[in-house]
Amino acid sequence: MRNPVRTTITYVLLILLTVLVLTPLFWVVSASFKPSGEIFSYPPTFLPQDPTLENFTRLFQEMPIVQYIVNSTFLATSHTLLLLAIATMGGFAFAKYSFRGRGVLFAIVLASMMIPFHLVLVPLFTLLYQFGWLDTYQGVILPYLASSGFGVFLMRQFILGVPTDLIDQARIDGSSEFGIYWRVIIPAVKPAMGALSIFGFLGAWNEFLWPMIVLRDAAKYTLPLGLASLVGVYRQEYGMLMAGTLLSILPIMALFLAMQREFVQGITLGAVKE
Amino acid sequence: MKPRYAPYFFLAPFFALFGVFMVYPLFDSIRLSTYSVRGMQNQTFVGLENIERLIADPLFWTALWNTAYFAAGSLLLQLPVALALALLLSNARLKGRNLFRLSFFSPVLISGVFIAVIFYLLYDRRYGLVNRVLGSEIQWLQDPDLVMPALVLAGVWRWAGFNMVYFLAGLQSIRQELYEAAAVDGAGPWQSFVHVTIPALKPVIAFVVITSMIGSFQLFDLPYVLTEGGPGNASMTMVMYLYKHGFEFINLGYAATIGWALAVIIGVISIIQVRLFGVFREN
Repeated sequence: MRNPVRTTITYVLLILLTVLVLTPLFWVVSASFKPSGEIFSYPPTFLPQDPTLENFTRLFQEMPIVQYIVNSTFLATSHTLLLLAIATMGGFAFAKYSFRGRGVLFAIVLASMMIPFHLVLVPLFTLLYQFGWLDTYQGVILPYLASSGFGVFLMRQFILGVPTDLIDQARIDGSSEFGIYWRVIIPAVKPAMGALSIFGFLGAWNEFLWPMIVLRDAAKYTLPLGLASLVGVYRQEYGMLMAGTLLSILPIMALFLAMQREFVQGITLGAVKE
Repeated sequence: MKPRYAPYFFLAPFFALFGVFMVYPLFDSIRLSTYSVRGMQNQTFVGLENIERLIADPLFWTALWNTAYFAAGSLLLQLPVALALALLLSNARLKGRNLFRLSFFSPVLISGVFIAVIFYLLYDRRYGLVNRVLGSEIQWLQDPDLVMPALVLAGVWRWAGFNMVYFLAGLQSIRQELYEAAAVDGAGPWQSFVHVTIPALKPVIAFVVITSMIGSFQLFDLPYVLTEGGPGNASMTMVMYLYKHGFEFINLGYAATIGWALAVIIGVISIIQVRLFGVFREN
């Protein structure tokens, strides 16, 4: 890019596009600090004329928002930890052992990534009914983990890169197979686990349809469920909805900023390696 | 534990969950689609009646049309935008590259529910930013002709940054010598884009097209919160229709049939695209 005209055009376009992408987010921030009258004022204002924390205080007073945050955090964290365990163990088996059925089982893992989860919504619902798991968190988490095929595949790709010498050495030193997994493999793939945990956390934190089907009791609702249930009731209370939106975006943004590099590495692995 | 049993032990959690919560429901879903299921206890075998009903159901075709519209919109609008973003960012010496990339990616981090809430306000006839900028008073979400384009645009905003990351990774893996060779042969920027960039990106394009199609056909949260499928049924999608039958009308047999129709359509489209791109042929 030695051509100065081209460089300038690139920057102008990039800045314009950034403004375009960030404006809706800016709108959320701005609206959550506007008093309710100002959101529906004509013409709309870009910055709050009279900034207030009223939306946030009302949000905490009138809605069980703390409960939603606790529920979302609990659900997303347990989902992520289980996903990490399932994926690293499965990935380790495929990457470092040769055993009967490996090819077929791996093909099943790859095929499982193509099955749309929505195909089984109805039979899963009847299954949970039979288990008596409707309106429980295990009912939300465990069926969702049946789609961990991507995680298994991702961890296999990373564990392939762990030197087999390390494993042989540990075995000579008398380590058990689980000891190898715990003391050799896990420390070696920590960055990849970072990528996978953002995936898992993001997916579970933001998921809407499945928890909506399983959870009945409003006290168990997650943030997206809780706020969606208020959309109809609070259509005129946009400030509160925007404040709630802002609150639920912030933690995920912070997590992403902390682990940006691992995440980008993780999502592109499947597409580019082959 | 002996080493020869170890891999089975390590694979057990995944395959146990996959068996119970995916394979079994898949078979059960075939069974359900041949039953009329009204509530949990009331099941009668009806054979192929659900399929006949589906074919004759105009609302199903409306939902299919809307979903296909959204998928086509993603393909024609969102993917070129994603590629353009990646091309703009592909120069490693660009200042502020990480910041731009993060900005474009940020919508991906937000739940569809909140995106719907945000766009509800943006699209408002009187108080919305879109009309403010355009100086118009268009009823984006209340006009049956405009509601799907409005959803496609929201989809572009939501997903372009995600697919950009794939294109960016693909662009970075193209060897610089290819461009130098093209330049020696007298190729301009456009020609080297068509003859070097696009062929080299083919596997990534295939991946992005297929995953975007699968994702688009499962569109739910955006229209569910934003328009409830309306006005009329102008933004009803297939998964919304499935949800309505399964969990609002508790008509589980028919909902399972819609699920299979969705799976068949996604399967056929994926196979066509895999063939078209010849993804698995090279290796």
